[in-house]
Amino acid sequence: MEALAAARPRGRRWTDVFERPGVLASVLISPAVVFVLVLVGGPLILAIGLSFTNATSGELGGKWVGLANFRNEWSNPSFQHAVWHTFQFTFISQAIVLVGAGLLAHALSKNFRGKWFLRFLILLPWAAPLPLSLMAWKWMFDTSYSIFNWTLVHLNLVDKVDPPQYLAESKLAIGSVIAVHAWRILPFALVIFLAGLASIPKEVDDAAAIDGATGFRKFWSVTLPLQLPIATVALLFGIVFTATDMAVVYILTQGGPPPSFSTEMVTTWAYKTGIESGSLGPGAAISLFLLPVLAVVTILMLLFARKAEVS
Amino acid sequence: MESFGRALREKGFAYLIVGPFAIVLAFPFYVMFITAFKDQTEFYNPEVTPYWFGKDSPTWANATFLFENTQYPRWLANTAIVGLCVVAITLVLALPAGYALARLAGRVGQSLGVGIFLTYLVPPTLLFIPLFWVINQVNLQNSIWSLVLVYPSFTVPFSTWLLMGFFKTIPKELEDAALVDGASRLKTLTRVVFPISLPGILTVVIFSFSLVVNEFVYAFTFISPSENKMVSTGVYTDLIRGDLPEWGAIMVAALIPSIPLALLYNMFLDRFIAGFTGGAFR
Repeated sequence: MEALAAARPRGRRWTDVFERPGVLASVLISPAVVFVLVLVGGPLILAIGLSFTNATSGELGGKWVGLANFRNEWSNPSFQHAVWHTFQFTFISQAIVLVGAGLLAHALSKNFRGKWFLRFLILLPWAAPLPLSLMAWKWMFDTSYSIFNWTLVHLNLVDKVDPPQYLAESKLAIGSVIAVHAWRILPFALVIFLAGLASIPKEVDDAAAIDGATGFRKFWSVTLPLQLPIATVALLFGIVFTATDMAVVYILTQGGPPPSFSTEMVTTWAYKTGIESGSLGPGAAISLFLLPVLAVVTILMLLFARKAEVS
Repeated sequence: MESFGRALREKGFAYLIVGPFAIVLAFPFYVMFITAFKDQTEFYNPEVTPYWFGKDSPTWANATFLFENTQYPRWLANTAIVGLCVVAITLVLALPAGYALARLAGRVGQSLGVGIFLTYLVPPTLLFIPLFWVINQVNLQNSIWSLVLVYPSFTVPFSTWLLMGFFKTIPKELEDAALVDGASRLKTLTRVVFPISLPGILTVVIFSFSLVVNEFVYAFTFISPSENKMVSTGVYTDLIRGDLPEWGAIMVAALIPSIPLALLYNMFLDRFIAGFTGGAFR
């Protein structure tokens, strides 16, 4: 250590600038910031640029068309339906998630035998890779060999000749993708809820016990208000993950079933327009309609972050 | 005695809620497992219950088919290569940034950290069309290197946030001691801070890798030749084909990456929560 100190007299070496926290911080932070700006900010600006042109994947550039892409989509029934489906998909699935995760978090905050294993089972939908676990859902919704229909037929609840087609009937299809997405997001919300419960200080519990608050009363007037901010965070994440998801819907129904296309979302419609049909301009315009959702969520998150910092 | 009764009731209540949820949430994985090792003629036969094996099962036939007659091994290899490269890039960028945001940048660091984290919320479905255009311009279409380039755009923000949380939990006195001993700040970082942050770094490695295996939109739009596909896209696009897909083989293909990832996920979950919330509410 002495040798180190001797070899490094103050103000002699150029590396000494790294001893100033401000300089070192900039040097350490900038690569990540530049990378993220180039790979997230860049494409975002490019998306806005593309949306004002009629660019196709065949030719470079494309002509300036002003707001035509946005105007066309706004009055396009396919797009209008996609917006409505995305709305249903997001809000119904998140309502299920909030209720389910709330109940589970409450139950899992207690200690009981076999808890680790049950928690493992509950977290599986979030821990396993989604495009692969969707294969199991696709098989369970199979037109001829669905395990649900096998069970229902054996219970004499559905007709053997004409059983329900989960991904091919318009109402069942939207119901199925909502259920699968709720299944996927629920463990994530649960993890956030549990983190929130764990951060409630033990003293609060003790104080509530001294005041004689137990059971439902304690839950309602002590736990719930303290849980509310973290539940909001889980909900905001859930909204972003659902409204912008393409994997669940595309892998299960490809936005179908025809002719109603009851599961066409903003994301799958953007994919079909921009990549499958090669109309990059209109496709970029469609996906930019997701931006307002993100903006609202971002603002709410920032407000929440400030609140957390103050408290 | 009364409190004993209440404890029992509370536990019963917990089982009553957690049990049914566990069954419903894990059910698709149970079906995946049974189908993976079931004889093909059996799962197409309504006489055999889909909830258990028939007399010709369990069998390795589906797994053998998957490894001998499909590109699955290739997809696994592609996923591993992309995953490792992305993890390496992520660590190089996020490790210094996370540390600096937690320790050196003060209040500005907190705001900047939140800012970086928010870019994680910008989804692939918003960026895939312009990025598809860029990938075509630089001639990376159909190559796994396009994914190595693009994936850090979501692993870096996520990992920077997590690491920032971890570094805040390390006692500052340790670093101060090293500094007082005359070590430079950079040396303190590499010799003192990073080694004790190893659990946090490992958590970031696992969660970044898991994000890579989960990604679908970019892998699906950028790459079409079968031999360059990832596990997340190849199984869906190449194995579900025709009137009778090889469901047994598909379930084996889904099971193999799911088991280790789910186990690792559970092992590191508590650390993940510590880092995730550590960054937000110190």
